[in-house]
Amino acid sequence: MDAVFKALADPTRRRLLDRLQARNGQTLSELCEEMEMSRQAVTKHLVLLEEANLVATQWRGREKLHFLNPVPINEIADRWIGKYERHRVRALADLKRRLEREDK
Amino acid sequence: MSSFVYVTYIRTTPEKLWAALISAEFQKQYWFGMYQECDWKEGSPWKMCFPDGRVADAGEVLEVDPPRRLVLKWRNEFRPEMKAEGHSRCVYELEQAGDAVKFTVTHTIDRTPSKFIEAVSGGWPKVLAGLKSYLETDIPLKGIHETCQARE
Repeated sequence: MDAVFKALADPTRRRLLDRLQARNGQTLSELCEEMEMSRQAVTKHLVLLEEANLVATQWRGREKLHFLNPVPINEIADRWIGKYERHRVRALADLKRRLEREDK
Repeated sequence: MSSFVYVTYIRTTPEKLWAALISAEFQKQYWFGMYQECDWKEGSPWKMCFPDGRVADAGEVLEVDPPRRLVLKWRNEFRPEMKAEGHSRCVYELEQAGDAVKFTVTHTIDRTPSKFIEAVSGGWPKVLAGLKSYLETDIPLKGIHETCQARE
């Protein structure tokens, strides 16, 4: 979770996420447009975002595409605003009991 | 083309995650009460059902390689404007990553923009969070495995 907060603490990286939110699946060159910095600098930011699992990449042919991965942000939300956790665990315990009764 | 790629790391084994993905009983716990009907064989029909049994989405199993990769042909069946967009393709990939499994979901449709992709992209993070929190609790999944085996 430290990596997520560290990655989100930088305005350039948040801007990169915003741009992926607007249009998902962009190449490095596309992401470099409108960014007033070197390709190398953008790459560094993308690596940090990828390490924090906020950006997922996939190769399509020769192109490496970048996708916004909101899953860690959802996990942060769940940690402090999710109130269904206890309910979920209880539901699973009930499921287990029911299934194991059927097995006999 | 519209697509999204979601990645989550779950402290479990690929086998347990696979069992959780294909078990209807288990799906109901993390997929808003919805469940899937399928025998998980290549070429078999696949259905996603609402808790009351109505069909939400339908399609076909395109590839199945347990516990590594599953590819589904997936079309919305209950919203005419989304059904009209035709079939999408959903790929699950499971890879061991240290003591966790890297689970990647890629959902793609051959059109831009897509109402369908927009709709499912909102639901997936919650589904993945539910899946993760279930699998990471210390409650064993023995019952799930046995249910899966019994269905085969």
